[in-house]
Amino acid sequence: MVCKLDILKASPYFKGLNPEELEAVSGLAFEKKYERGEMLFLEGEKADAMYFVLSGAVKIFKTSADGKEQILAIIRPMEAFNEVPILNGGINPTSAQAMSTLVVCGMTGADMQLIMRDYCQVAMNIIQVMAKRLRQMISLVEDLSFRQVIGRVAKILLEYAADGAAGARLTQRDMAAMAGTAREVVSRSLKALEDEGAINIDRHRIVIKDRQALEEMVTPAV
Amino acid sequence: MKPKIDIYKCDGCGLCVAVCWQHGLVMIDGVVNFVETVECDWCGQCEAVCIHEAITCPFEIAFD
Repeated sequence: MVCKLDILKASPYFKGLNPEELEAVSGLAFEKKYERGEMLFLEGEKADAMYFVLSGAVKIFKTSADGKEQILAIIRPMEAFNEVPILNGGINPTSAQAMSTLVVCGMTGADMQLIMRDYCQVAMNIIQVMAKRLRQMISLVEDLSFRQVIGRVAKILLEYAADGAAGARLTQRDMAAMAGTAREVVSRSLKALEDEGAINIDRHRIVIKDRQALEEMVTPAV
Repeated sequence: MKPKIDIYKCDGCGLCVAVCWQHGLVMIDGVVNFVETVECDWCGQCEAVCIHEAITCPFEIAFD
């Protein structure tokens, strides 16, 4: 099992600190052991600490109103979690549960504030990590919304082609209104569907080449 | 086929004319008109820039 100092040395948050500084930071960290299934914290509670996994694995999840659990991430040794709420003093946005016997190294929000005040390098490191995360989140949001729109556009195409109503013509703006998105997103979706070979756009005609592919996009496998 | 133009919605701003790379649109007396000799490739840019929805490029959807 890695020790506190190893994990702090490897963490991007503490990059650039010299051995003495790392020792000082390590002195503020605490170790805690959890049994499989034990909860580390619950969504909605005030966040008290961020954690690094020394051994084992922890799942980060949210629970929907109807009790369904959605796992957002599985954190493995050397990885960190729950940094965001301790930086802004907020609540835990997720719950965390040990998936195995788990040993974590924790750092309270108050101690992280002290560390950032004493070592500006750590504050700079945190900004870099958070900026990288933000880019990843933007990319994820784009991907999710785009994928969902493709499914909705596919549904519209199938409905209107299947309808067979003579004279039923749709503009991209019509499709955007139906799909609840912007015209530009519909345009990109149509292009993507054409690139995937599901449709062929021949000037003012959209010809469905692969009906099954469109149907699969409407009801993606879960 | 040519884009549909609603002359009552057109305010003559000329944006659609400006974006049509095939020069398929012209302004006549402050209203957009389609140049009949041009083969429109249905790129939809004119529709995209028109805030009044005065020009549209509807698609016919069909199975192969």
